Amino acid sequence: MEKTYYNPADLAKFGNITEWQSEMGRKFFDYYGEVFKDGALTEREKSLIALAVAHAVQCPYCIDAYTTDSLQKGADEAQMMEAVHVAAAIKGGAALVHGVQMMNKAKELTM
Amino acid sequence: MKSLHAQHHPLADTSYQLTVLNPEQQVGQAWPAFAGKLRETGLLPLRPLGVGTLQLNVGKMCNQTCKHCHVDAGPDRTEIMTRETMELCLQALRQAPGMQVVDVTGGAPEMNPDFRWLVEQVSALGRQLIVRCNLTIIVANRKYHDLPAFYRQHGVRVVSSLPHFSAARTDAQRGEGVFERSIRALQMLNAEGYGQEGSGLVLDLVYNPSGAFLPGNQQALERDFKQRLRREHGIEFNNLLTITNLPVSRFLDYLMESGNYAAYMDKLVQSYNPAAAANVMCRSTLSVGWNGYLYDCDFNQMLELRVDAAAPQHIRDFDLGQLSARSIVLNQHCYGCTAGAGSSCGGATV
Repeated sequence: MEKTYYNPADLAKFGNITEWQSEMGRKFFDYYGEVFKDGALTEREKSLIALAVAHAVQCPYCIDAYTTDSLQKGADEAQMMEAVHVAAAIKGGAALVHGVQMMNKAKELTM
Repeated sequence: MKSLHAQHHPLADTSYQLTVLNPEQQVGQAWPAFAGKLRETGLLPLRPLGVGTLQLNVGKMCNQTCKHCHVDAGPDRTEIMTRETMELCLQALRQAPGMQVVDVTGGAPEMNPDFRWLVEQVSALGRQLIVRCNLTIIVANRKYHDLPAFYRQHGVRVVSSLPHFSAARTDAQRGEGVFERSIRALQMLNAEGYGQEGSGLVLDLVYNPSGAFLPGNQQALERDFKQRLRREHGIEFNNLLTITNLPVSRFLDYLMESGNYAAYMDKLVQSYNPAAAANVMCRSTLSVGWNGYLYDCDFNQMLELRVDAAAPQHIRDFDLGQLSARSIVLNQHCYGCTAGAGSSCGGATV
């Protein structure tokens, strides 16, 4: 079988990170669980934010997990793709806004 | 779309479905036996807590052919409960005043020619009556347009499937145009008073995930459904019931065809919840097939797994004492009712 850096089966082993540092691992998962509870934002809204962030940080595990989770929480394809566009807009915007820095520098260096 | 039965599909054969579901016959797959899980939970043998609900499947005929249908229902199915069998069910109800709920399902139960007669008879017995209406039947033909008024007249609790508040998700599961027709039917039910505060007329919606994933939190989904259906279509309803798709018949076919079967079974097994297991609906329900044979639930019915051999097999031999003491027949699909928050015809169980 072809070897790749990412193995989908590793997603299910995420919890194993506590094996080598149980205290920090446990604290992370407690925090993680708390973050995704229904609050000022609904669980579905949080799942869609997580899906967008997963695309921004380009984490294949997170994309798989939060696609499933978003569907499970009742999101539809249109909502999920809009979330991805939000990530794309922010990533694209983040690159473009640095264009101002480039323009400033270029203006500084040119006649 | 044709039913699996009409396609002569291998999964139309229930013994083949059971071969697929059972780990000892699987190659390279080994899910623990469901009965073993129940033993660990201290629930084996699984016994009824009583028989409060009589569920009648009055036939496999349906105007829809939904992709997830565990009944393999459709317009090409002709199996239908006769009035004679319905009479036997009424007789059983008279013998057992504790069976307070009669849950009528199908197919589209309204397509049974004796459906209205049955509703009138059960209503006269003073039992709570649930009809599992697929909504589109109400607008399918002029002769069904008065169903909302008929339901109101008999105080029927209407339980209707609506997989999603978006047309795309609903139509993907239930067929092109089903969402739009379902919305029209819901508006007709609302106009009759169903789902409206203070009317006493209960309209519940059923949410089945439209794919290989479990249902989310029932309360959160209900809130989203209410908000969206009210805002976009002016629709009111009472409760949203989340139901897990069990790996039976057409949903099993979907899982196998889409390559999701193993992962879905893994998910069901990993999500086994002992609290959900203690509340499974077969502990309070008896299911009657179109031909009068008795089952522990509608899923066992579709897999032709009749009630335990020590109990009466047919409604004509109904004996509440023997049926209350029976052992519930289990198989691997039962993982579907015990996953996560649990699943039953009444929604989540925990």
